[in-house]
Amino acid sequence: MTTTWKITLRILRQKQGETKTSWQDFSLDIDPDETVLDAVERVWAFQDRSLTFRHACHHSTCGACGMRVNNIEKLTCITPIRSVTHNNGMLRIEPLRNFPIVSDLVVDVSHFFQELEIMQAPAVSSNSTANLDYEEVFPDVAEKERLIDCIECGLCVSACPVALTDEAYVGPAALSGLHQALAANALSANLALADNHSGVWRCHSAFECSAVCPSNVEPGYRIMDLRKKLMRKNFHQWFGGKEAGK
Amino acid sequence: MKGSPSPRNFLQWFDPRGRSAGSWGFMLNRITGLGLVLYLAMHMIVLFQLTRGAEAYDSFIQLMKNPIFIIGELLVIAAGIMHGINGIRIGLTSFGIAVRYQLTMLIIAGIISAGGILFFAIHMLGGA
Repeated sequence: MTTTWKITLRILRQKQGETKTSWQDFSLDIDPDETVLDAVERVWAFQDRSLTFRHACHHSTCGACGMRVNNIEKLTCITPIRSVTHNNGMLRIEPLRNFPIVSDLVVDVSHFFQELEIMQAPAVSSNSTANLDYEEVFPDVAEKERLIDCIECGLCVSACPVALTDEAYVGPAALSGLHQALAANALSANLALADNHSGVWRCHSAFECSAVCPSNVEPGYRIMDLRKKLMRKNFHQWFGGKEAGK
Repeated sequence: MKGSPSPRNFLQWFDPRGRSAGSWGFMLNRITGLGLVLYLAMHMIVLFQLTRGAEAYDSFIQLMKNPIFIIGELLVIAAGIMHGINGIRIGLTSFGIAVRYQLTMLIIAGIISAGGILFFAIHMLGGA
């Protein structure tokens, strides 16, 4: 038997050209095992066709449906309603932070993608290089290529407290992309891209990026590992040793 | 543009809603850091009393023995302990050391800080 919950979606609205934002409530009867994205789609389908939001794959591959749900960054297509509210409860839905708002829940991610491009973040990587240093690699399994974990959803940038205040900060996703590019030996990947005041040194170790990442990319770990690589490289340069890495 | 990063957003640093333990460490270091800077300014003002003669300085020190100011001093010590110990955690992770254990280290830093603050609280308020 299907359970039905009555919930209220409180959605932050803002249309292009408007300077003011406002909250709008929508009541829904919904199966709590459906996802938050299902609820937002239902509001659009049956209550307000002017509501704008991004979505595509519905199975956590495209990274398009990132939103803030009750103040926490979530990939809404894999977030069951049951996990974020209760019967007769409320869900506050906001667009991601630290991105310009285009309309309602749609944010402008063009600069974010440009940063990933600059860092040469790979889309595909071999098993051994896609893994984090501490993850187990099975030597007897044939080397395969796989899609790397980052789905470019932007949740990490939204959760980052430094990205809140510093527009120039490259951000956790792009720095993770650089870390992965270096691991995959991408020809144009350059560690020096992270070695500036808007790069790895801007991070203040809140580790929110790792906490909200829906794909276990561990941006916080990767940023700190880039720092370690940079320190090692600079140390060698300062004291006349051989330069380590690129 | 609305939603873009801006220095004016800094108040959101201190919004704990929905944030994880790492952010608590981030917030704690900012609050204690600001508190210590404020204390440093006040400390300079106190030292300035020296230039107004021994009598003015003695009366000011007498005022500082008021329990309210002793609690204030305890808060300064607490801020120093928390900022320093959490700073060690941040320093270690910043050099790529024990990054995977940052949360465990935050908990350990919290326990050590609480012990230190308790020690000073007993020492400073015990005889009050």
